[in-house]
Amino acid sequence: MAEKTYLQAISDGLRGEMRRDKRVFVMGEDVGVYGGAFKVTLGFQEEFGAWRVIDMPLSETAIVAGATGAAIMGMRPVAEMQFADFVSCAWDHLVTVAAKQRWRVGTPVPIVLRLPSGGGFSGGPFHSQNPESSFAHIPGLKCVCPATPEDAKGLITAAIEDPNPVLFFEHKHLYRRIKGDVPDERYVTPIGKARIHQEGDDVSVITWGAMVYTAAEAAEQVDASVEIIDLRTIMPWDKQAVLESVRKTSKVLVLHEDNRTGGFGGEIAATIAEEAFEDLDAPVRRLAAPDTPVPFSPVLEKAFIPQVDDVTRALKELISY
Amino acid sequence: MASTTAVDVVMPQMGVSVSEGTITKWLKQVGDTVEADETLLEISTDKVDTEVPSPASGVVSEILVQEGETVAVGTVLARLGGESGGAAPTPEPPTQPAADASSAAATEGEAAPENEVPSAPAPQAPAPAAEPSGNGKSFVSPVVARIASEHGIDPSAVPGTGSGGRVTKKDITAYLESGPAAPEAPAAPAPAQPAAAPAPAPASSPAAAPPVAGQVGESLEPMSAMRRGIAEHMRRSLDTSAHVTSAIEVDMSKVVQIREKLKKEYQSAYGVNPTFLAFIARATTETLRDYPWVNGEIRGDQVVTKNFVNLGFAVELADGKGLIVPVVKNAETLNLLGMAKAIADIAKRARDKQLTPDDVAGGSFTITNPGGYGTFHGTPVISQPQAGILGTYAIVKRPWVITDENGADAIAIRSIMNLTLTYDHRLVDGALAGRFLRDLRERLQGWGESDY
Repeated sequence: MAEKTYLQAISDGLRGEMRRDKRVFVMGEDVGVYGGAFKVTLGFQEEFGAWRVIDMPLSETAIVAGATGAAIMGMRPVAEMQFADFVSCAWDHLVTVAAKQRWRVGTPVPIVLRLPSGGGFSGGPFHSQNPESSFAHIPGLKCVCPATPEDAKGLITAAIEDPNPVLFFEHKHLYRRIKGDVPDERYVTPIGKARIHQEGDDVSVITWGAMVYTAAEAAEQVDASVEIIDLRTIMPWDKQAVLESVRKTSKVLVLHEDNRTGGFGGEIAATIAEEAFEDLDAPVRRLAAPDTPVPFSPVLEKAFIPQVDDVTRALKELISY
Repeated sequence: MASTTAVDVVMPQMGVSVSEGTITKWLKQVGDTVEADETLLEISTDKVDTEVPSPASGVVSEILVQEGETVAVGTVLARLGGESGGAAPTPEPPTQPAADASSAAATEGEAAPENEVPSAPAPQAPAPAAEPSGNGKSFVSPVVARIASEHGIDPSAVPGTGSGGRVTKKDITAYLESGPAAPEAPAAPAPAQPAAAPAPAPASSPAAAPPVAGQVGESLEPMSAMRRGIAEHMRRSLDTSAHVTSAIEVDMSKVVQIREKLKKEYQSAYGVNPTFLAFIARATTETLRDYPWVNGEIRGDQVVTKNFVNLGFAVELADGKGLIVPVVKNAETLNLLGMAKAIADIAKRARDKQLTPDDVAGGSFTITNPGGYGTFHGTPVISQPQAGILGTYAIVKRPWVITDENGADAIAIRSIMNLTLTYDHRLVDGALAGRFLRDLRERLQGWGESDY
């Protein structure tokens, strides 16, 4: 057990799987010689060679299509998009081919797409998005959004092991900011199981990714016992854990960094309304980014991404309802 | 829980249009133990008579409304559990709004005893009611509503700390843990006795408005809600429709014969009796489809016709003190067996007082069947807003002139039944009624073995 950054945890998990399983290989733009845009694969090419750490041309379509073909042929490719935003270039291969291959012909497509996502550092509209809900909508794809270093390692391992296409949303704002104890040995964090970030009795916050920390800071600002559920994976998502928490606290805030409309929070809120209606003591509350592209200006970006003060205000309103 | 917190038994809402009900019988008395859902009392409304199940398990601590009294929907009729009389002040608030909402008749019934019992308790009760009743009107969240119903408590009795005085989940769980709030206790011992006092008084002065003095040799009893409903409806029907009655004689011999054959099969296979009424209802339904106006109604200055037949059946109540008209919906979809089953079902539920207001609404035509007593003619009153009502009378063996296949006349013994159609001459003319009866007769007389 050692303290590691979120980024190191991903890197360790990935390296461990490559050492363990020869079918696992990495492909992406600048993942080799340069070590990746964020240095997740730094030193990988030296250790595993250029044939297992492949620098790809600047074409997300080619990367995802190539990974899909390799997976169908029995390999376990881990493809990196430099930014999650760029995965939209490969939409067709991901959504039309990879997601449906197993359904159509029965061959598994065990690809992992690493998608550095999220804002908070003036990345602007092309380098800050959280497009998880678009892919959660596609049957056949799994969407993973770890918040802690321990989960980052456990979930990258689970994603590589999984026989389905898994989109691994790694939040850039957590990369070097968040540190935590990470077990040295290999372990798997199950996809589809939420984690209780902190227990509480008065109000539940359902969230994932970087917002887990925003929620935790806000929870300290209010005079109430706040429970924070870190979903960890949003497709499949841990409905039971959410409903259990709602049944306990009867008040719930669904919080995410993605835009509000069509964000995955809507699905969670609707499920709570359907399945826990008689346990609610207040309307289900959503807090998310407004329905605009992510602004470049630091001031505007701060107004865009839910901040600690926004969450505190929402919590206070729920508590006093 | 029920033993520590008093639970109110209120006059149930038996349908959207029902605003009051009359207690016909208490099946439990003060001090009796009752299980949740066990029948506690019987009530009568202008639509149906029914049983009221107990909302909770416990001991009947108070009966507030006596047999024969008519009160508004929502009025507290009795209380279960609670610390004998001590519980009185807490549940009092609900009584108050209920009384406000009740009709003049019901209010008078309650007002009287208050005058006769001048002791303070009654006026006192509303005072603590003021605050909680504010809560009661504000929003009750789903979880609070659920907890309240699970524990049989009135959320408006719980002090609220949420926004606008709303009762939060915390408030109601705290209330449950600590029991009813202390401040409401002071009114304690005295009020309990008077609460029971109003009982005898209203029993003698029924809800029906000004008391009528009885002459020597007469006895008075309050009109039941159902009787008042029937009285009002009959008078209104005669004031609305232009009633005319036509009659026809039907040779039922063939039906008698076929019924004898079917009886055993229907009884053993389906446990249902193919009654004459089922045959008549079946033939009537078919005939109505050819005479949409007989199955229609006048609505304002429009004639309404229907592509369905909702057939009402006038049913006498077991105690002989009322009449109810349950409706077989979409009778046109039923064959003879289906019709026999449907009639048996509504008749049974009418006897068992299990009919719902929906069961007695929406008829498009009615059949009344007084023939069981041997009557051979009648002029029934139309059930508004329908256009007609069919009367069926005794089937009797009579000497009947028949013409054989050679054209020779002979006297035979035949089973003859009179049918009457009372129709609203505003919509249905005599000739139309005559053709309707003729076709109905032909259907019954020509009933084939394979006709169902």
